[in-house]
Amino acid sequence: MYSFNYVKAKSLKEAGELLGANEEAKLLAGGMTLIPTLKTRLAQPSHLVDIAGLAELSGIEAKDGWLRIGAATRHCEVAGSAIVRKEIPALAELAETIGDPQVRNSGTIGGSVANNDPAADYPAAVLGLAATVVTTRREIAADKFFQGMFTTALEPGEIIVQVAFPVPKRAAYGKFPHPASGYAMAGVFIAETAGAVRVAVTGAGPGVFRWEAAEAALKKEMSAKALDAVELAADDLNQDIHASSEYRANLVRVMAKRAIAGLTGKK
Amino acid sequence: MIKVELTVNGKKQAREVEDRTLLVNFLRDELGLTGTHVGCDTSQCGCCTVHVNGRALKSCSMLAAQANGAEVVTIEGIAKNGKLHPVQQAFTECHGLQCGFCTPGMIMAVAGLLKDNPNPTDAEIEHGLEGNLCRCTGYINIVKAVKKSAELMRGAK
Repeated sequence: MYSFNYVKAKSLKEAGELLGANEEAKLLAGGMTLIPTLKTRLAQPSHLVDIAGLAELSGIEAKDGWLRIGAATRHCEVAGSAIVRKEIPALAELAETIGDPQVRNSGTIGGSVANNDPAADYPAAVLGLAATVVTTRREIAADKFFQGMFTTALEPGEIIVQVAFPVPKRAAYGKFPHPASGYAMAGVFIAETAGAVRVAVTGAGPGVFRWEAAEAALKKEMSAKALDAVELAADDLNQDIHASSEYRANLVRVMAKRAIAGLTGKK
Repeated sequence: MIKVELTVNGKKQAREVEDRTLLVNFLRDELGLTGTHVGCDTSQCGCCTVHVNGRALKSCSMLAAQANGAEVVTIEGIAKNGKLHPVQQAFTECHGLQCGFCTPGMIMAVAGLLKDNPNPTDAEIEHGLEGNLCRCTGYINIVKAVKKSAELMRGAK
């Protein structure tokens, strides 16, 4: 690790000021991506501004058809929350599949969303549920927030405060985890609302994306069979030592079918 | 440099360390608590698992500074009055280890798991220990030891 200055922020305002005053400063929350990144010397921040546990970033609340989760909420808290289990059980189930228990005891939803790892789980839920990312400056719709591999609409110094999820009629997540890392080889989040069906795919492409052809097919008929004829071009999908792009395309379809089985209760 | 003050195994400790000091190095090098092992150093293996404010965490993926003010418990701190913790007892009885390198982290992870789920099924044990690797046992006796731990802990209440 290169050396840096560690600062524990006492408030969101102070964290913002520290970021403003130090161009090379980085936010630290759960640290489950950042600390390993620093250890391999892939980043060299001047300051680490620790925002873990800030009261302004905490809390899970359901009100008027929205589920709001503070950015510093850890995965274990989402997985174990009675409120999340009641409002959007698929979100609690997704959180339970992230990494391993020690990772879930530290990693945060805000960190995962801000990092936008192409194989992370939360981006699929945020995009699939058409959530809103609330920051210190504005509210950003999920469709505008994610901009490809490790890239988001966040500006320098802008901090995620909470993620607001509109509660759907029903939703489910199908995931094939990489057996060593727990990251998604393919993860498909399907949500049905009053007027729409959304299908968000993580792990398979260079960043989370909506599988729009599947959305159209499922809107007509919410069944696994409806996906058989839906096209998914392998050309745009990832290819690495773990799987070819064709294999991933097939995994996406299978995970989407599993999500539908979870959604409808039909195998 | 940063002043880190925390409670480790019930004892208050304070040290001036570099900001980038990892918690595991703080425990091993500053406090001499070498029961917490460094296995992979890449947050895969879980050998370095300790409890921070009651939660099982990998101390190789956390800065000592992040634990400022926290209650930390390591493998050295779970036996009470010369009597092994039920999880230690169960790993001994069930021979839940071979070389023993992963065992401190494994035991701390199991203690964390049983706090949330006092009576886990085999599948829940496997899911609950996904963050810990053992390259010797094939996990059979580890799963047995977890069940035995749960039994001992239920009996202790």
